[in-house]
Amino acid sequence: MRFIFKTSYEQDLTLFGDSVQRNWYAALLVGLLGLPWLFPAYLADLNLVLIYGLCGLSLMVLAGYTGLVSLGHAAFLGIGAYAHVYFVQDVGLPWIVAVALATALTAAAGVLVGSPALRMTGVYLTIATLAFALVIQEVFTRWDRVTHGLKGRPVDKPVIFGVSFATDAAFYFLCLGFLIGGLWLTRNLLRAPTGRAWVAIRDSEIAAQSMGVNLAVYKTMAFSYSAGLMGLAGALFAHKIGFLAPDIFGVLFSIQFLLMVVVGGLGSLHGAVFGAVFVALLPVVISQARDSVPAWIGAVVSVLGSGAGTAAFRTTDRLVKQPGLEPGIFGLILVLFILFEPLGIYGRWVKLKVYFSTFPLYKRATFKRQRAYMRSERLR
Amino acid sequence: MLNGVAVGCIYGLVALGFVLIYKAMELVNFAQGELMMLGAFTCYMLVVWYGFGYWVAFAAAVAAVGLFGAALDAVVLRRVLGQPQFAVVMLTIGLGAIFRSFASITWGSEIYTLPTPFSARTTRIGGITVSHEYLSIIVGTIVLCAVLYAFFTYTKVGVAMQAASQNQLAAYYMGIPVKLMGSLIWAIAAGVAAIAGVLLAPVSLVDTNLGFVGLKAFAAAVLGGFGSIPGALVGGLTIGLIELLSGTYLPQGFKDVAAYLVLLLVLAIRPQGMFGTAGRKKV
Repeated sequence: MRFIFKTSYEQDLTLFGDSVQRNWYAALLVGLLGLPWLFPAYLADLNLVLIYGLCGLSLMVLAGYTGLVSLGHAAFLGIGAYAHVYFVQDVGLPWIVAVALATALTAAAGVLVGSPALRMTGVYLTIATLAFALVIQEVFTRWDRVTHGLKGRPVDKPVIFGVSFATDAAFYFLCLGFLIGGLWLTRNLLRAPTGRAWVAIRDSEIAAQSMGVNLAVYKTMAFSYSAGLMGLAGALFAHKIGFLAPDIFGVLFSIQFLLMVVVGGLGSLHGAVFGAVFVALLPVVISQARDSVPAWIGAVVSVLGSGAGTAAFRTTDRLVKQPGLEPGIFGLILVLFILFEPLGIYGRWVKLKVYFSTFPLYKRATFKRQRAYMRSERLR
Repeated sequence: MLNGVAVGCIYGLVALGFVLIYKAMELVNFAQGELMMLGAFTCYMLVVWYGFGYWVAFAAAVAAVGLFGAALDAVVLRRVLGQPQFAVVMLTIGLGAIFRSFASITWGSEIYTLPTPFSARTTRIGGITVSHEYLSIIVGTIVLCAVLYAFFTYTKVGVAMQAASQNQLAAYYMGIPVKLMGSLIWAIAAGVAAIAGVLLAPVSLVDTNLGFVGLKAFAAAVLGGFGSIPGALVGGLTIGLIELLSGTYLPQGFKDVAAYLVLLLVLAIRPQGMFGTAGRKKV
């Protein structure tokens, strides 16, 4: 196991622990920059991964670090997307200004939702954000002048300072830049007093309050920061899908974001990115599996006889072609993760690292969680 | 008007399911609407595909979904007992998605109508014509609420459930089988959801989106105050009436979101609802 021997306060302030870690991240960056040439066929999916990464980051700050679970983040994404498209295409503002305005507007919406939400705790907040998202979705449907209602509205490709980002590769670098920027900003914010206050609120509101953390201020701040990031993601998302319609920003999309942070691992920025990779690439994997799995199962079962093989092929083929299957698979994954790996992919990664660094001495009990017994907060 | 009352009763019934589980386990079941959908589909299947009588199918559907609820608790939800609320919220959302997917694979995405003995029959009460479908909903809700209220207040098991909800460890020391209580409450809540589903089926239509009624029932449960049985019913009725009135008097589009607007308003002004009790966490 490697211990970092700290000799000055400068070492506490650096973004990365030591030069080894920094070099690994540099290597990762080089790899990411080379990705468009390695997988040109999957560029569209990679762009989605990056945008989802921003979304995951946004929800991670709120759910993973401040402990406020929101089921309405699709609405913030929608507000960001529609605001950006409105500013660029109807008002005619420059791209950068439109993005900044959309982000600011979404952050303001976050304050609007966040401030009444301060009086609620736990599941009430979740329900309130859910209700907010449903109301906003109806607004998207009805506000014809800006959103063009159910007809939907097409989105042009981004043009920044006269440079067109129409190709997938160019758009990839744009999204990558925003994601790295978002990660850098969030990482620094989390190391600062703001982030520590958020974590304190997550772990115990009452303890945080008695240590002098102003709950109202910090919760609202978390809400608006999270919403702002979502708005930024929304602006990029609008260009990514190229066509906005109100029914995209539904409850299922919000659930998908929550799936992202849970699967990735609550309470870690790595988790947000892992979750984004998982959620964005799963549909790709599923759609490929749709074509190949029935054939495999047919081949395996045909050991029993060719008739059984064909029958099995037909049954599985009909099953996987059902349109309702995909949300079910998402739900199943969510359930399995919560039951068996509550720390998510990042938790698994940490366990793996600890296993190898302490090789013969690894104890499972290191990550065992204490059993808790529920006690009511109600008086009656 | 009666229309609103009947729809309100359905919201109340689904909200009742939320309240029961919240009362006993301090968790919120986001899959309640989906359980309702499963109940409606099971009843439909028994009546139309297998040709059972309505009442037999009704009882069988309620029993089946109730058993399913108990099994769900024993297999899945018991494992997350004592973990943060968030885990349970996510778990039930995931379960809801699985149920919806299961329903759309098993029964397809067509829309069905459930034939009942009440269909297309009316009674005149004091000058207003009341269709039997609505009457069945209202009577069913009132009876169910009364039974459940009595159960929680007067029976030993009901009181034991309340004890288990307030302090699991202490209840366990007092000799209450806490795990069994959990399964039982899930069975009851799932059964109530199934009843709501079967009662709603003739009025609304049976399809895989039936579960979204659950979202509106949230508004009812919050309005009444989570954890109060009469509150759920009153909340449900209020939401039903508000929806009806906003459909009549407000511009188009308000009908669909009225419930949520009320919900937001209630949460902002009086988060504990009409009948709830405010609590402060002890450290």
